[in-house]
Amino acid sequence: MNARTRRTGRRVLLNAAAIVVFVCSVFPVYWMVNTAFLPGSAVKSDTPHLWPDEFTFRSFEAAWNDGGFLPALGVSLAVTVLTVVTALLFAFLASIAVSRYRFRSRKTFIIAILVIQMIPAEAMIISTFRVLDGWQLLNTIVGLSAIYIAMVLPFTIWTLRGFVNGVPADLEEAAMIDGCSRNQAFWRVTFPLLAPGLVSTGIFAFIQAWNEFVFALVIMTRPETQTLPIWLRSFVQATKATDWAVVMAGSTLMAIPVIVFFLIVQGRMTSGLVSGAVKG
Amino acid sequence: MSALTALPAERTASASPPAPRARRRFDATPLALLIPSLIMLVVFIGWPLVQLVIMSFQEYGREQIFGAPADFIGIENYVRVLGDAEFWTVLARSIGLCVVSVAATMVLGVSIALMMKALGKVMRTVVSVGLLLAWAMPALTATIVWGWIFDTEYGLVNYFLTQVTGEDWQGHSWLSDPLSFFAVAAIIITWGAIPFVAFSTYAGLTQVPDEVMEAASLDGAGGWQRFRLIVVPYVRSILIVLLILQIIWDLRVFAQIYALQTIGGVRADTNTIGVYIYSVSMATGDLGSGGAIAVILVLILLAISAYYIRTMLKTEDEL
Repeated sequence: MNARTRRTGRRVLLNAAAIVVFVCSVFPVYWMVNTAFLPGSAVKSDTPHLWPDEFTFRSFEAAWNDGGFLPALGVSLAVTVLTVVTALLFAFLASIAVSRYRFRSRKTFIIAILVIQMIPAEAMIISTFRVLDGWQLLNTIVGLSAIYIAMVLPFTIWTLRGFVNGVPADLEEAAMIDGCSRNQAFWRVTFPLLAPGLVSTGIFAFIQAWNEFVFALVIMTRPETQTLPIWLRSFVQATKATDWAVVMAGSTLMAIPVIVFFLIVQGRMTSGLVSGAVKG
Repeated sequence: MSALTALPAERTASASPPAPRARRRFDATPLALLIPSLIMLVVFIGWPLVQLVIMSFQEYGREQIFGAPADFIGIENYVRVLGDAEFWTVLARSIGLCVVSVAATMVLGVSIALMMKALGKVMRTVVSVGLLLAWAMPALTATIVWGWIFDTEYGLVNYFLTQVTGEDWQGHSWLSDPLSFFAVAAIIITWGAIPFVAFSTYAGLTQVPDEVMEAASLDGAGGWQRFRLIVVPYVRSILIVLLILQIIWDLRVFAQIYALQTIGGVRADTNTIGVYIYSVSMATGDLGSGGAIAVILVLILLAISAYYIRTMLKTEDEL
């Protein structure tokens, strides 16, 4: 009996801790959305409104109609799409090379990829700025996308390589014995098995390009070429003293696509991130 | 450079190694497949990196930006930077923030992973959903929301402190004092980093066989002993890799600090090394010194990541 009460006590304690973790993790996200739906007067009242009891879309309208939002959304979308499509294509080709072929400089390439991943973007801003300046690529979607593609390639190649490794070459060979050409074998057998890998690496690239801050800050200096994060920062600078609700609405608008995409792939992503370490 | 990095395979992957496709003397196919990626990496990372190193040995200020020739001045930039007290202050500040954030992230992340292992299925799902939301939140928006929670006038923290302590906290500015600025920064960074550590560690924990744990507890090992003698060895390499990644990411933190400075806080007293590089080169226009600091940062980070790279390569050898 005594042991059982102790076990029940332990269980209660454990569940309480779990709830604390849940609340602490979710609260800032909740608070952002909550504030975004409140009118300015409620945000500035002396007692905080813990839920949107005076529900309004006013802040979202204000953020959406801010002169900078739509152009920034356009630039962000263009840069992100260009980055995801190109990076996926290039990384896909490279991962096939690294995973399916043995060639002399293969190891050098893999080391280079790992080292590049460790170089901080913060250190590269000045020289990247000058290089792009020299090629007239400052303030262009192509210029920023090119940087993002190069930036996400090491990780996308590394991840896709893992997925390609996971599809046994024997499978393709079996299909060829059954009468497929090499091309057919690849597109009909291997490619469908790689699709999940392409989806999750694509979303990685999306999140990277959508959220990236440092390069966007340095490279896109003109107001009309700002990306969403840069717009959001200057929006904060201009509005925060007067209206936190609108700032939260702007933040929500920027965060929603990321959160939605993240949750779509989450199962695959967590397993993708650690699969090597978990499946012994 | 990406914010997320794959963890290495801990043990040999059981999948059979892909058979070498071609035994011909020279096959140009892999090279052709690699060329697009190679071009991007060489042109947009390799070339700027070379330029960075060159620049750090040049006199490169405002006149050079407007076209004056840049003279090579040897290691003068490095001498100037290393002799500058501000550089060391910034470095110490960055290391301090990094140590606090990484320690908090690792302790809390591993504790949450252990907790998830012990939880029932329903509660574990609840915790996972919460962690996923926090993980998905972009660093910039997270910083802004935390800035609002710690707001001087209408922030939630000041409201609750007023309620709890009975003193008037309204109007207390958390960001103007550098120490509490960094406390807020550490909370933001830790909050954002915990999910990755917790999920990765949890995934490692599921690999510890239940029989081994049972046997140990039959042999009389207590909770702490089981953790130290059985669990830790199983997840050791995951923990080391996580530690290295966290150190690297927290040492170069930029968006959080820069955005927090926008919301409040004295720039000069709160710069960390990433933001410092930006302000020396972009605001002051001293690209030579900025370049030297950047090269120093790259060297520090590469030295820290050497172990990580070696671990990743070891798993590559096994394939």
